[in-house]
Amino acid sequence: MTSQSQFEPQIIAFACHYCAYAAADLAGIMRLQYPTNIRIIKLPCSGTVDLLHILKAFEQGADGVFVAGCLKGGCHFIEGNIRAERRVERAKGILDSIGLGRDRLEMFFLSASEAPRFAEAAREMTERIRRLGPSPIKGV
Amino acid sequence: MIVAKQKPLEEIREMIEGYERILVLGCGTCTAICLAGGDKEVAVLVSSLRMADKISGKNRLFREHTVERQCEWEFLDEIEEQVKEVDAILSLGCGVGVQAISERFPEILVLPGLDTLFMGMPQEEGIWIERCSGCGNCILDETGGICPITRCAKGLLNGPCGGTRDGKCEVDPEKDCAWTLIYQRLEKQGKLELFDEYHPPRNFQVVMRPGKFMIK
Amino acid sequence: MAKPFREVLNSGKFVVTSEVGPPKGTNLEETLRHIDLLKDRVDALNVTDNQSSVMRYPSLGGCILIKERGGEPILQMTCRDRNRLALQADLLFAYTQGIRNVLCLTGDSIPVGDHKEAKAVFDLDSVQLLKTVRTMESGKDLGGNDLNGAIEFCPGAIVTPEARPIEPQLHKFKKKMAAGAEFFQTQAVYDLDNFRKFMEYARGLDKNIKILAGIVLLASARMARYMNENVPGIFVPQALIDEMASAEKGKALQKGIDIAGRLIRQIREEAICDGVHIMAISREEVVPDILAAAGF
Repeated sequence: MTSQSQFEPQIIAFACHYCAYAAADLAGIMRLQYPTNIRIIKLPCSGTVDLLHILKAFEQGADGVFVAGCLKGGCHFIEGNIRAERRVERAKGILDSIGLGRDRLEMFFLSASEAPRFAEAAREMTERIRRLGPSPIKGV
Repeated sequence: MIVAKQKPLEEIREMIEGYERILVLGCGTCTAICLAGGDKEVAVLVSSLRMADKISGKNRLFREHTVERQCEWEFLDEIEEQVKEVDAILSLGCGVGVQAISERFPEILVLPGLDTLFMGMPQEEGIWIERCSGCGNCILDETGGICPITRCAKGLLNGPCGGTRDGKCEVDPEKDCAWTLIYQRLEKQGKLELFDEYHPPRNFQVVMRPGKFMIK
Repeated sequence: MAKPFREVLNSGKFVVTSEVGPPKGTNLEETLRHIDLLKDRVDALNVTDNQSSVMRYPSLGGCILIKERGGEPILQMTCRDRNRLALQADLLFAYTQGIRNVLCLTGDSIPVGDHKEAKAVFDLDSVQLLKTVRTMESGKDLGGNDLNGAIEFCPGAIVTPEARPIEPQLHKFKKKMAAGAEFFQTQAVYDLDNFRKFMEYARGLDKNIKILAGIVLLASARMARYMNENVPGIFVPQALIDEMASAEKGKALQKGIDIAGRLIRQIREEAICDGVHIMAISREEVVPDILAAAGF
C-alpha cells in the first residue's frame, strides 16, 4: 500500500498526430520538463478516440486519462476535436455514475507549436491525479 | 425501426442487484442503430459495470454477447450454452427482444436494460423521431404522407386543434403541428380537397391488443 | 326561466354569453354566486370542462345548477377526458336534465394541465363530436343502435379567427359547420379589422351561421404580453398593451373592463357579428361591469 507522497499517477494521454502529439514532440526537442507519468498514445485525430478506449484505459488501471486535440477550428479533420470533446463529456458522465469521478478525465485543445501548453497539461493532470489518489480500480 | 434508450446506469445496477453472473446481451438490429444496445454499447456498459463493481467491492461475472436480432428465437439458439452459465440476462434489446429471450429461456430472469420508446427513424445523427403508431389502418394516402395519429399530439383525424401556433404544436413548441404540415403538403400536391374530407371516428380496435397476425 | 338559447340565437338580437369556471372541489359557494350574478344578465352561460386540462367539478354538474336556478346553460364537452361511450352517455343525461346547448371541443392537451401523467383520450375530435350529436338526434348511437328516447341539442363549436397560419383553421371551421355546428364562440378577439375579414369569410360560407366574438378580459399589461407569447391564437395589439400599461397603479383591471366594454360596443354598433362571449376567467364578478361599460 503506497502512501500519498509515494503515489506516482499513471496517466494515459490520447494525442492527435497533427497537433497534440506534435506539441509533445516539440516539448521533448525543446527539453521542456514534464512529468514522466504520462504515457502517450498517438492517434490520427482526437476524433478517433472511442468512448470504449477511455473506459478500458481506466478499467486496466489508469489513474487518469486525458485527450489532447487541435484548437477548435483548427482540426485537420475539421470536427474531430469537437466529437472528441463530446465523447469525453459522455465518458465523464459515466465516470461520475460509477463512482470514479469526472475529474480523472480531461480534454485539452492546443496547436502543434504549443509545446509549453502540452507540458502544462501533463503537469496539471499529474498534480490533479496525485491529489485524487490512486484509482480505486487498481489492484482490485 | 424500433427506437429505445438505455436505462440510467443507477437503475441498471439496482436491477442486477443480487445476481452474481450476468450475461449482457446486445441486439444487432434496431437498438444497435439507435445506439442503445448494439455490441459497442454492450462493451461500454460492461466496462462501466465492471469498474463500478470494483469500486464498490463487488466482483461479479459479466459476459458479453450480441446476436443478430433478439426478436427471433432462431437467433437466440447460439446463446443456449452461455445461458446455462449465468443467473440473469441483461438484455439491451427492445421490449420484444426481452420477452423473446424470456420465452425461449423461461427458467432464467431477463432484465430490460433499455426503455423502448417508439417506431421511428433517424432525423439526423443522434436524433430519432417517431413516425408510426401501428394503428393497423393506414390513411397516409389521405393525409399527404404525414401520419396524424402519430405526429399530431392528440392523434386527431380532423385537425388542427386550437392549440396550433405558427405551425408548431402547443404540447411542444419544437414540434411541428402535424395538421399544418398536412395542409401545406396537400396544398403543394394540389389535393386540398382531401383536407376538407370528414374523417369519421377512428376504429381503435382494428388491431385488438395484444396483436396477432397470421398469414393464411 | 331563461329563453332557450336557440331561440335567442335566431331572434336577431345581439347575443351575449359568458362562462363560469367550476371549483376544484365540492365547495360550490362561489360558483353558485357567479351563476346567480350572471344568469339573468346574459342569454346563456357556459360552464367550462376541466379547462386547460386542470381537473375540476364537471361542466355537466355546473349546467344542472344553472338549470335549477333558472338560467340557460351551455354544456362544454371536450374529447380529452371521455371516450365516445362516455360522451354519448353524458349527452343522454344532459338532455334529461333539460340541458339543450352543447359546445363541442377537442380539448387542451394533457401536458398543459395539472395531471401531467394522465392518459389523453381523444377517442373523438370536435368535428366528430358535432356529428355524434346529430347522429343521436336521428335516433341512433355511434354503434348504429337505435336509441330508446332521442336527444335534441343546439350544438356549437369554437373557432380561432387569429390562428396563424389561418388557412387550415378556416378549412376546419368549414368542416365544423358541415358537421352541424349552429353557433360558434370564438377565441379572444382584439383586432377588429382582422375579425371583420374573418366574418366576411364566414358569411360567405353561410350567412345564417351565428358567431359570437370571444371577449377575454385583460387584467394587466403583463397578462396581455403573456397571452401573446404563450396562448395560441390570441394576439393583443401593442396599442392595447400600451393602454393597459398606462393605467394608474391598481386601476389596470378597470382599464381592462373599459377595453372589453369598448370592443363589445363597437362590435354591436357595427353589427360585425351576432354577439359576444365574455370570458373573465376567475373574475366572473366583474362581468356585470363589462356589460355596463358596453352600454347594456
